[in-house]
Formats: sequence, C-alpha cells, structure tokens
Amino acid sequence: MNFFRILIVLLIIQFKAYALIEVDITRGNLSPLPIAVSPLSSDKKSVSEFEKILKIQNIGSEISIVVENNLKQSGLFNPLEKDSFLQKPDIAHLKPRFEDWRLIKAQALITGKVEIIDEKLRVEFRLWDVLAAKEMLALAFTTVPSNWRRVGHIITDKVYERLTGEKGYFDTRIIYVAEEGPKTKRIKKLAIMDQDGFNLKYLTLGNELVLTPRFNPTNQMVTYLSYFRNLPRVYLLDIETGIQEVVGDFPGMTFAPRFSPDGKKIIMSFASEGNSDIYTMDLENRIVERITNHPSIDTSPSYSPNGQYICFNSDRSGYQQIYVMRRDGSGVKRISFGNGLYGTPVWSPRGDLIAFTKLHKGKFYIGVMRTDGSGERLLTENFYQEAPSWSPNGRVLVFYRETKTDEKGEGFSAKLWSIDLTGYNERQVQTKTDASDPSWSSLLSN
Amino acid sequence: MIATLSLPFLSRTPIDLPPIISVELIQITDKTIIPFAPKAKKIIEKVKKKKKERLVSEQAPPKKVKKEKPDAVPLPKKKIEKVKKIEKKKQNPEKIETEVKQVSEFEKKELFDPNNIAALIDKSKEELAETIKTTDKVTQSQDRNVELAGLSLSEEDALKAQIFGCWSIPLGIPSNKNLLVRIKLQLKPDGSVIKSEILDHARMNMPGQGFYKVLAESALRAIRLCQPLRVPTTGYERWKDLQLNFDAKEMMEG
Repeated sequence: MNFFRILIVLLIIQFKAYALIEVDITRGNLSPLPIAVSPLSSDKKSVSEFEKILKIQNIGSEISIVVENNLKQSGLFNPLEKDSFLQKPDIAHLKPRFEDWRLIKAQALITGKVEIIDEKLRVEFRLWDVLAAKEMLALAFTTVPSNWRRVGHIITDKVYERLTGEKGYFDTRIIYVAEEGPKTKRIKKLAIMDQDGFNLKYLTLGNELVLTPRFNPTNQMVTYLSYFRNLPRVYLLDIETGIQEVVGDFPGMTFAPRFSPDGKKIIMSFASEGNSDIYTMDLENRIVERITNHPSIDTSPSYSPNGQYICFNSDRSGYQQIYVMRRDGSGVKRISFGNGLYGTPVWSPRGDLIAFTKLHKGKFYIGVMRTDGSGERLLTENFYQEAPSWSPNGRVLVFYRETKTDEKGEGFSAKLWSIDLTGYNERQVQTKTDASDPSWSSLLSN
Repeated sequence: MIATLSLPFLSRTPIDLPPIISVELIQITDKTIIPFAPKAKKIIEKVKKKKKERLVSEQAPPKKVKKEKPDAVPLPKKKIEKVKKIEKKKQNPEKIETEVKQVSEFEKKELFDPNNIAALIDKSKEELAETIKTTDKVTQSQDRNVELAGLSLSEEDALKAQIFGCWSIPLGIPSNKNLLVRIKLQLKPDGSVIKSEILDHARMNMPGQGFYKVLAESALRAIRLCQPLRVPTTGYERWKDLQLNFDAKEMMEG
C-alpha cells in the first residue's frame, strides 16, 4: 500500500531539481582601479626633524603624492581625491573604517606611517582590500632621509605587483640624450633621471656628440656612442664612479651598442668599407666575436632575455626589415613582412614581444610584434618618432618624438614619451630640456 | 539539395510582397468599376428622384471599395496561414514533452528521496505560486523549461552586464596562460552573496601561478562590488547556487 501511495504522490508531484547554473563572464572593465592613497601619518617630533633635514613640511604627505602620481601615470589606477577621505591617516593606518572608503568608491586603500629613528627614515605601509575588508600587504623600509622619493617608488612597485600580478617599474631610472640649441648646432649631453623625471643629473658636459645610451641590466654601467678622434665609437661609463672607456680598438666605426642580459657582453655594429655587421665583445676578456657576415647593413642588435637569440635589422632583402638569429649568428630568419621599413628592434624583458620603429608612407610608428613576427600591433603614429625602450616589466615603452614647433613646420622639439602595451596610455615624460634616445634601467631595488 | 533549392524559393514568394501592392491597386480599380456600376445606376436613379441628396450618394461608393479590399488581395490569406503555422509551433506538444521527460527522469534517478516527500510538496507549492505570478507573461510550459534549463537569455544578459561593469581586470596578468577563475556563489533571494568559493583554490599558491591569485581576487572584488546581483525576481531555487566563470583571456588577447 505504501508503495502505491508513494507512486501516486510521485505522479502528482512534479519533481524539480536544478543543475548548477554557470554564467561565463568574458568581459570586464578596463578602466583604472579606484584606489585611495591616504597620506602617511607622522608624529610631531618626526615632522620637525624631517623639516630640519629635508626642508619638507609634511614628509608623509609628500611620499603619498609620489605613490599617487606613479599609480596615476601607470594608467591602471585611479587615485581618488584626498579631499573626499573621511578617515584620518593615523587612524586609517591602525584600522580602516572600510564602509567610509567604500562610500567614496575606493576598491583598494594604502595607509602608512613615517618616522625618524636614529636619524634614519622609517616608513611602514599597508595595502587594504576595501571590498573584502582585509589587509593585502604590509611592509616597512628604513633608509637615509634623502632617499624618501625612492621609498615612494618602492611602495608603488609593491602595490602594483600585489594588485596587477606583475613586477612594477617605478623604482627605476631613465638615461637619455639631453639636447639644447638650434638643430644645426645642437649640444647633446648624457642625462639620467628617475622614471618620473626627478633627480636629474648630467653625465657628460656636451663637448662631444653622444648617442644611443643603453643601461646594463645588472648594474650601473652604461654604454653609448660618442666620438673619439672624429670616429663614432662605443663607450662604457660607470655611473657611480664616472669612469669611462672606449670599447675595443676597432679600425672603423662602432655603433648601436647594447648589453647582453647578463651584462657581461656588449653587442654592437661595426662598419668598415661600406659594410656593417654585428659583433660582440666580452667585457671580461675583451674577446671580439663576429656574429653576422653579410654584404648588407646589419645593425641595431638586441638580445632575447634568455640570451639565446638576437634580433636585429638588415636590408639584406632589399629593404630594412627585422630578423632573428641564434646567439652565434646561425639560423637567420626574417620576421617582419608588413608594408614599410622596420628598424630599432628591441626584445621585451618578458621575452614575448619585440618592439620596433616602422616607417610607412612618411609616418613613423612605434609597434610591437611577437618574436616570430606575428601579431604586429602599431601603438602610436606620428610625424617623427623612434627608439623604443622597454620598462623592466615589459609593459611600457619609452621613446622619443620630434614635433614641429610652428605652423610653417620650422623648428622642432624632441621629447620623451611613454606608451603602454594597450596603446591607450600615452604620456609625455617630463624633461628639463629636449630629449632623445631614452633607455630604461632595470629595477634598482631587486 | 531539393530542400535547399525549393524551400527558400517557396518561402520567398510571400516575402516578395512589395510588388503585389501595385497589383493590388490595379485589382481595386478593376473591381470598383464592375461591382459598383449597378449600384451607381441605382443611386443615379435615386438622385433623380431625390435631387436634394446628391452629395451623400456620391460619397457612398468609396466606402464599399474599402470593404472589398481584403477579398481582392491575396496577402491577408497568406498571413493567416503563417499565423496558423506559428501557433502550431508554439503549441508543439511533442517537443516540450520530450524535453521535460528527459530532465525529470534524470532527476528521479538522482534526487528522489521518499522520506523527503513533504519537503518536495512544499517546494512544489512554492514554485507553483511563483509560476502563477508569472503567468501573465509566460506560459506554464515555457516557465517549466526556463526553470529546468537555467537562466533565460535576458536574465543571463542582465547579470553579465552588471558584472562586466564591476570587474576591473588586472592588466598585468599574462595573456598566454589559463585565465579562468571559477567562483561558486550561494545567494540570498535579493541577490546578495551569502558565500563565495573559488573552485580552483589550489592554484592560488602554486608556483608560477601568482597571477591567478591576483585574477581571483579581482573576480571576488567584482562580486562584492556588484552585490546584490541582478538575479531574476522568481525561481530562487533555480539560481540560489550559481557559478560564475571569469575568463579574462578574450580581453587580454583583445
């Protein structure tokens, strides 16, 4: 009987069970992440001490401004207006009232404290996930007070890495050629500055023409092109000691130098009797090795980050194109096949892309392509621009652009610009004078 | 081959309706001359008899023309046939029955618990009540399908659109990796989140998968930012457990 009852009930009831519903979210919001950078709190004693040493009234606020500007420049973050903050910096650093930060639409929050201990600057900071109401990162640094801007850059790098998943590029420097005077009588000096344009220093006096400075990825050495006995030659310069030397004793012109990823070799072009080939020189034993041997112009060599491959440009096909070969010069393969001329190839530190300058129909482009030549993307177009250099994380390119300064097209101005891989975040890098040939250093604090 | 060649041809005849409009005009003129001529004669006779009613009798024929239009034009007949066909599709009982049967048989095997009949009765009551609420818009059979199949397209679109706006994709993640984050949610009837669980949690701490943690956190932030989620107003049982598959690959390769 029971069985029949159950059967009847079964017939009456319509059973319903629900398979787990899955919804695919394949699109998102590429707008910058709203982030609140609270001024770093500081006690009265520390404030007055810093004022004496650094002549800065509120060091905590200044460091937070460095962080804020860095995050804004990256294009990935939207630092919120400080006027809208409801919580005081010192209390927020102890325990943020997350509902207050949610109210102003912040998704992440940076708080911190700065103090002076034994004449040293001590900074601690915390990164908070406002929506999850939890701490994501907490670190402290101690350094000499004059390093306060670097502390701001290091904080930005840590925050950037925690929120984006890739290393930052803020505690870095850019070396470039500072230019002054009319185009026919230009004074060119080697200059170095922080990536945000501060702490500018000139490394040469401007007596000799300097071109194409390149950082050693492992230390504070720089290689560049200058003139020695009226011949363009590759130089080495130690930024910390100021000592410079000519690289090798070549019977002709050497140019387009660049370090190997381990910093132990220099790869460059050597021109003689109308032909130009690629050579390397070991910086320890000074042994020179010829890499290409072709009756065409081979130049602008750049190593892959693992040091196994070299990209370069050559006109061996009749037009200037990009080629890739093994480090010993074997297996040369052309990778650029688009319309126009391709030059200044630079291998990304991530290894996945090669940046280049392209000239097509009278316009210059900065673009990227995969290492096999596929997926070419032109990021920016202009009247004249070239010489891209990668940020150490392979996300941003810095290059220089010349612009006409009046309606007649007379006069010109050369400035540094940066653009990220999306092609949207294009910004001018502030320099005191005109600037060209930038090269981005690796992270100073690894 | 015959089907592909002939069926589109057949189906095109009623679609090529615009030229018929010109034919229509011709038919109307032809017919208006013929059937109304005798009437006009009668009218003229009447007019002769009643000289005062001239204007009224002159206006009368056009009214009759309008009435005869549908008879002269083949278009409405075909339309009616079409409507009938659509109705047949809607009513199509066989298809719906098979779908329902398949699902219910499957459920019986997995989920039938004789000890839990009371609970099932209660649930069915609730669900019946919910379907009654929506009968104005959706038929019972349609509603049943939606409930058993998942979210309707419009419901899914609404939810997706909401989360698209909340999800800030971390742009630093590599585009050549597996960028799928699956999050299982337990929801309240108002769409707020009771519990969220990352299904591939083990990946969070795996070497070389640092980006996954960042990506998973961004997905969780999106859910928190969006809640209460834009869920349907009915059928809570259907979507109280929901899985969101966040995949940034398309955007990163973009």
